[in-house]
Amino acid sequence: MSTAVTAEATTDDKKWKMIDARIRRRGNSPDALIEVLHAVQEAFGYLEPDVLEYVGDALGVPPSRVYGVATFYSLFMLKPQGEHTVIVCTGTACYINHAAALLGRIHDRLDIKPGETSADGNVSLLNARCLGACSMAPAVVVDGSVQGRVTTDGIDVILEGLKS
Amino acid sequence: MTDVAERSETKPPVPIRACANVCEAAGCMSLDAEKVLEAIRQRIDERGLDDVAVKRVGCLRLCAAGPLVELPESGQLFESVDPSSPESIDRVVDALAGAQTGRATAEDPFFARQVRIVLANSGVVDPEEIDDYIAHGGYKALTQAVTTMRPYEVLEEVVHSGLRGRGGAGYPTGLKWRTVAKSISPDEKKYVICNADEGDPGAFMDRSVLESVPQQVLEGMAIAGYAVGASHGYIYVRAEYPLAVKRLRLAIRQAERANLLGTNIADTAFSFEIDIRIGAGAFVCGEETALIASVEGRRGTPRPRPPFPAQSGLWERPTLINNVETLASIPAILRNGATWYRAIGTPKSAGTKVFALAGRVVNTGLIEVPMGVSLRDIVYDIGGGIIGGAEFKAVQTGGPSGGCIPAADLDMSVDYESLAQAGSIMGSGGMIVMDETSCMVDVAKYFMDFCRDESCGKCIPCRVGTVQLYGLLDKITRGEAELEDLTTLESLADMVKSTSLCGLGQSAPNPIFSTLRYFRDEYVAHIQDRTCPAGVCEMTSAVSS
Repeated sequence: MSTAVTAEATTDDKKWKMIDARIRRRGNSPDALIEVLHAVQEAFGYLEPDVLEYVGDALGVPPSRVYGVATFYSLFMLKPQGEHTVIVCTGTACYINHAAALLGRIHDRLDIKPGETSADGNVSLLNARCLGACSMAPAVVVDGSVQGRVTTDGIDVILEGLKS
Repeated sequence: MTDVAERSETKPPVPIRACANVCEAAGCMSLDAEKVLEAIRQRIDERGLDDVAVKRVGCLRLCAAGPLVELPESGQLFESVDPSSPESIDRVVDALAGAQTGRATAEDPFFARQVRIVLANSGVVDPEEIDDYIAHGGYKALTQAVTTMRPYEVLEEVVHSGLRGRGGAGYPTGLKWRTVAKSISPDEKKYVICNADEGDPGAFMDRSVLESVPQQVLEGMAIAGYAVGASHGYIYVRAEYPLAVKRLRLAIRQAERANLLGTNIADTAFSFEIDIRIGAGAFVCGEETALIASVEGRRGTPRPRPPFPAQSGLWERPTLINNVETLASIPAILRNGATWYRAIGTPKSAGTKVFALAGRVVNTGLIEVPMGVSLRDIVYDIGGGIIGGAEFKAVQTGGPSGGCIPAADLDMSVDYESLAQAGSIMGSGGMIVMDETSCMVDVAKYFMDFCRDESCGKCIPCRVGTVQLYGLLDKITRGEAELEDLTTLESLADMVKSTSLCGLGQSAPNPIFSTLRYFRDEYVAHIQDRTCPAGVCEMTSAVSS
């Protein structure tokens, strides 16, 4: 399949077992598609074309529909992500509290816009429509942990921390 | 029940005199609330206090000042508790021992002005312990309903309560239930869906309810299932809310074990099971028919109505779709009666509404107020006014489907009709306060950017119209527009509103309409004077000079 599979065959076996288990639990039902894609992304970090085909076969869903669903929902990633993920919330409260300045600082430092990964593959930048962390606006999620009231200087600290 | 037995074994049999409730909703969690709880527990042990306790609770509402700890017995609140500071922890433990070291909540307008029905148990019960919820009256309504009431009696109670959908549109909940109950299913199957796809940016009410009182939502769903004749429910929740998902999963397991969900609930013939479906980041899935498509594993695109989901929804079966807050209101209505509920709020908008107060206001957080309260009370009394004493400019309600209400209307009553009259909507409950640093044209552009991005692309007015509207707004904010563009903007906005397929497109122009209505001078300033009065927009001409 891909280089990742051959390089880490053992861990990937485990991941596949998890995905297969999820497919079986839902009785190979076509309506489990979104749930299974979540499981795939959890395991591999993104949705590879080969994997999409595999999932479609298992659930009896044509490739066009699998691809349609995978591209419709913004949380599904079709490209591998960087080592670290930084999500800047751009919900209304964060927008009012100048989230754009945070994106600007990240762009200045790493030359990436939301949806892009830094040239060295270290940091992927995403924006969220609203994390529901409005009381801590502007909010940033660094590798899954939410940080509130982030300033542009705070962005510098975050990015420095991701270097090592 | 075993949990209670275990807990009492590890604790000495001294009655607990005071308890420190540590907020473990997402806001405080991200500020190390778990460490706060551990530090307090450790300090209690060190000081040998055996008649006090500490426990995890849901949202304590004043999110601006987290991590929060409350001592309900003595009515004290501790803000920004620092787990690494012994003094900070000792202040809490001193209060547990009897001192008055915290902020008194009884007189504080942020707390005193709120009326809690949906959030009555938020910040009171442990969201991960069903026993704690039961000890606070939980599941009483469900067991009472299934053992002593007929489904239609439950239904009529909800009709009489005057409860209206809290997801935004305000359709009478009882009528919706009645339609589903009356609809005939070919195989007798009907469904209840809890819409927890809280997509409006700036809204976090449903997240907090799910994280704080997940059992209450399940109870409401089961009651709804009983009333309409459904035996299967789905909660469609955003993937962006991992803590809510975790607690819902746990709550479902615990409720099944306690025979309050699953087959033969409370040893009756009524069975009801609940499954979770996780979204994948599509705003349009908050729309009923799009949500159904997504639960069925398809692209979340809406379809024309009728048939309404109440007649033909999930798997083409009658389906009741209610929002989180609506369902969370049900147990209290059944426990206290429809008349009690109806007496709260205004004649046409009964009960309370939960709002997520955010933006440039001092007390950001979660509030629950009776319908009919004035906006001024919310912003200045409960909200504590604008940060830094700045000038209030507008409050935005209803997210991308809503509008901005100006200072002149601060005294208006907050209910479905008044908000609609003012050109906004109740919406799901996001309330963003803006001060003079916000440019209203830029705000309209912000929401249009959101809508053009989230448009599913199925119908042309929304797919193309939102892009064109965004382009016009962008032109205005860059100082490149002419006055005739304003006319085009208005007629195009009208067209998108009246010809789009679903609520997303139909309401997408609302932020434009309301900002044009109240802040037209700002649009004109951008166009004629090539200036942004708030100093937000970078004018092309200003850049070159």
